[in-house]
Amino acid sequence: MQTVYKVMDALLPFELFHYAFMKNALLALLLLTPLLALLGTMAVNKRMAFFSDALGHSALAGVGIGVLLGISNVTLILVAFGICWAVLITRINRTGGTSSDTTISVFSSAGIALGLLILSGSGKYGKYSSILVGDVLAITPGDILFLAVALAVGIAVWVALYNRLLLTAINPQLAQSRGIPTKAVEYCFVILVAVAVMLSIRWVGVLLINALLILPAAAARNIARSAAQHALFSVIISLFSGIAGLCAAVPLGTSVGAAVVLCAAACYALSLLLARALKLRLQA
Amino acid sequence: MSQTHYPYDPTHRHHEHLHSEHCGLCRIELDHISVTAQGEALLQDVNLHLHCGRLTALVGPNGAGKTTLVRALLGQIPHTGVIRHMDERERVLRSVRTGYVPQQLPFDKQMPVTVTDFLAASLTNRPVWLGVSKKTRESVLSALALAQAEKLRGRMLGQLSGGELQRVLLAMALTPTPDLLILDEPVSGVDQNGLALFLDTVEQLKRRHHIAILLISHDWSLVRRYADEMVLLNKSVLCEGSPETVFGCETFREAFPAAAGEVE
Repeated sequence: MQTVYKVMDALLPFELFHYAFMKNALLALLLLTPLLALLGTMAVNKRMAFFSDALGHSALAGVGIGVLLGISNVTLILVAFGICWAVLITRINRTGGTSSDTTISVFSSAGIALGLLILSGSGKYGKYSSILVGDVLAITPGDILFLAVALAVGIAVWVALYNRLLLTAINPQLAQSRGIPTKAVEYCFVILVAVAVMLSIRWVGVLLINALLILPAAAARNIARSAAQHALFSVIISLFSGIAGLCAAVPLGTSVGAAVVLCAAACYALSLLLARALKLRLQA
Repeated sequence: MSQTHYPYDPTHRHHEHLHSEHCGLCRIELDHISVTAQGEALLQDVNLHLHCGRLTALVGPNGAGKTTLVRALLGQIPHTGVIRHMDERERVLRSVRTGYVPQQLPFDKQMPVTVTDFLAASLTNRPVWLGVSKKTRESVLSALALAQAEKLRGRMLGQLSGGELQRVLLAMALTPTPDLLILDEPVSGVDQNGLALFLDTVEQLKRRHHIAILLISHDWSLVRRYADEMVLLNKSVLCEGSPETVFGCETFREAFPAAAGEVE
């Protein structure tokens, strides 16, 4: 870790990054945002923005259940609960006749309510309320190492899954005719999203996690014309938002997560303007 | 992957008794295919030979089970009976490789995916967001060339016209070369020029690659012009043979009374 810090000192000779907690926060954001941005491209293509929102909200219920069961490892219970929740929503959506936004809304509300109920009832709400907004400045070198490993695994799964998922997203029947096990592919994807969201949530927060997943990919989609551009722009926008948000929030003494998301939202607004300008130029 | 090609034999075109038990031709054989869903029989004991290098038109009223038959051929629904690929010496070949061109492709038109992305994703495992390798680009181009669609490679999928999209789907269905190509009413929503180009391309492929082709269509002039064989389906096979034979069938006239005038 010391070597990493030294490299960072050389690369970032700013007063702001003298502090170890700033270096840690920056590292965490550099690890988290690209994976979320990549997964986001498909979440946006598959119109799953609401799904990931419900997933994020369920984190509170996950923590609540962890408290009830007496499990102290928050990450473990979050990931386990997130996977169950994601699989359950997907299953009901695949089989049920209700429109998916309704199902997802039910899960989203129920997740938050269940979490609040358990945590308030057990008097632990104060202890865990930080998960609502997250605190990337509190991340430790051990957490970062864990995130790095998780990122590597996540990217590997993503690489293996992507082409099949893309064909499934374009049209499941066509994908099936090409011998793609669309059901398995879809479940793999929601589980991957669940793991990525749950690993990020302690640092970014329930309220902002979905923005980090969806906003960069949505902004990139406005201006991208190929799958490669979509991924590239999404990662660039998320990295930019992560760094800019961190640099802006700390001197102002405000929430890093909120600043990051606002930067991403500004990128989205810019991308809309840019898309309009490009379209006008194409038509002219 | 081993490819088995058979030289095109023009004498097959007017072969009599094509659907006898042992017709002695390379074929996809559907043997006693039945499909039941929720207690209702969707297909009952369908026996059919789809011959290599020939285009078979599948017709039938709405709800006759045409889509069910296609899904059974694609292995998407459970069925009883056997589907096998036979060569002309009555040997069973490897499992049937099907290429499928769907009737419509409902998809998100705003998705940033190019024609090259779309085909590359079906040809390789290297994720297309990492870019498409030179080798894959060449495979994509030769696939598109089969459907005379090379010019479309850089276009966004959502910006293609109906006819252009159909050619891209044909390119995908033909790569790798299938034993059986299924065209599910491929001509709806396509202008007449696009239609002729599409089916002329299919006709050439049939001759060159000796692929068995199953065409679902209710465009009688089209069926008359392009089909070598015709099958009338309503739960089971009601009438089969050359288009002339089927157009003359009593069961065909009953199923499509309005068509009688058109096909004369």
